Amino acid sequence: MGSYAIFFGVAIGLFAFAATFALFAVYAERKLSAFIQDRIGPNVTGKYGTLQTIADILKLIQKEMIDPAAVDKCLYALAPAIIFIAVYLGFAALPWAPGLVPSKINIGLYYIFGIISIETLGILMAGWGSNNKYSILGAMRSAAQIISYEIPAGFALIAAVVICGSLDLQAISTQQGIITQEHIKFLGIWDVTGMGGILAWNVFRAPHLLVAFVIYFIASLAESNRAPFDIPEAESELVSGFHTEYTGMRFGLIFLAEYSMMFLVSMVGVILFWGSWNTPLPNLGTMQLAAWTTGAVWGIFWIFTKTLLLVALQIWIRWTLPRLRVDQLMNLSWKILTPLAFLCMIASALWRVYVMN
Amino acid sequence: MAGICNELRLIGKPLNGLLTAWKGLSLTIQHAFGFKKRETAFVSEPNYFDKQNGTATIEYPAQKLPVPEVGRYQLDVEMDDCIVCDLCAKICPVDCITIDSIKATEAIGQTSDGTTKRLYAAKFDIDMAKCMYCGLCTVVCPTECIVMTDNYDKTVFDLGKLTYHFSDMTAEEADEKRALLEKQNAEKQAAKLAAMKKNDPQ
Repeated sequence: MGSYAIFFGVAIGLFAFAATFALFAVYAERKLSAFIQDRIGPNVTGKYGTLQTIADILKLIQKEMIDPAAVDKCLYALAPAIIFIAVYLGFAALPWAPGLVPSKINIGLYYIFGIISIETLGILMAGWGSNNKYSILGAMRSAAQIISYEIPAGFALIAAVVICGSLDLQAISTQQGIITQEHIKFLGIWDVTGMGGILAWNVFRAPHLLVAFVIYFIASLAESNRAPFDIPEAESELVSGFHTEYTGMRFGLIFLAEYSMMFLVSMVGVILFWGSWNTPLPNLGTMQLAAWTTGAVWGIFWIFTKTLLLVALQIWIRWTLPRLRVDQLMNLSWKILTPLAFLCMIASALWRVYVMN
Repeated sequence: MAGICNELRLIGKPLNGLLTAWKGLSLTIQHAFGFKKRETAFVSEPNYFDKQNGTATIEYPAQKLPVPEVGRYQLDVEMDDCIVCDLCAKICPVDCITIDSIKATEAIGQTSDGTTKRLYAAKFDIDMAKCMYCGLCTVVCPTECIVMTDNYDKTVFDLGKLTYHFSDMTAEEADEKRALLEKQNAEKQAAKLAAMKKNDPQ
């Protein structure tokens, strides 16, 4: 019974985290987009407009949930829940600090990628269930996009997995810092096992992972339906695509899923490429910077900071680059990212066999 | 040869894409960090057009754009200078000015430019909801008492409040003046009748 209480506690905690993060991410997005466009953004509700998103959420909760007459009631009502739960379940396997992970499973990465691909199903249900041309077009585009981009994203991740030799996200994290039992070599030549810090991160252990990270990052933008890959939504051409018909908290859930997805894919990127919860400061002689800044609290701090930086990068990209056309999107995925990701994977295999031994 | 070219293009195009994307990104990040609150300045200031950076937002009620003092926004009437000639009401293309005049029994004063006032304005209303800001009334006014001011913000909660009342007479005063005029007219009529009787030879 006690363990069930812990499970529920963790689940509620993760949900609370996702919701709070979405609130602040929406605020950050509005503020940053305003600054980029020489505007001010919300600045009336609360100091600097900080209460604006909370006010918006309160308004959203009060809104009526409208079922248009022609929708497929079951699919239509279930879709937002499936979209959100798919992303929310992905949070379960993310490690936060040494020894701190909601669910310790040795195929964490595999699980995350399996579970978040269910989001496409939810979007398809939403689009089909809405019984509306724009929605079905949006849903079809979403299926095409997410299925296409899962391939380069997957291979870019495999490139990192090959270097680490594990699918367990906690094991992958441990390898990139000072508490590992293995030998870490910076660029494959310089042994930095006791030193740790930024030198031990995956992108510096095997430099071609930098390319893999760029591929993964681009593909992750597509997976979280963020601009410039937001063609499922495409508010200017598809009237918001698959969620045209949704109102009130159902729309809120779809929105929450998008922001949770941003955080999730950024965190996976950080774990696999940017040293997870490890500190960027190396041990230098008597200055045991890495040893001083490693631990549960520090771990949460580091991974949170790194992830938020990536989220900021996503926001920055959204407000800079224009949306891609469908054919450009497919071109990019199949002709450029997929072959490059394959090359990265092969490079990883060769690196593992010839350099790391 | 063609094969190599194709392969080069396959590398060159994505690279070019990344480079141009970076160009755009660096531009937007400069704007994000170059954030500066806007200062409103008058157009005649020497460095007015140099202010290219910072936000373009004007936080309206708290911050206002300076307008020229000869701006032509709201109509205003200096009643002391008005001789109630009704010209403005006549020229108004949208009939937004309503004037009700009462003839005075004698000269009631002078305007600031020396014109003698002989009429009371019982009513001088301008319906700003109808006004089209053509300014014709200000042009025809012989004493230049009707003018346009630089006050552009006259939002009201009640549409009726857009009808501006400029007459400073109360209803009682107006009735009194009307009675005086009627009395004078009656006296004149009586005098006329008396004179006619006297001249009548019979």
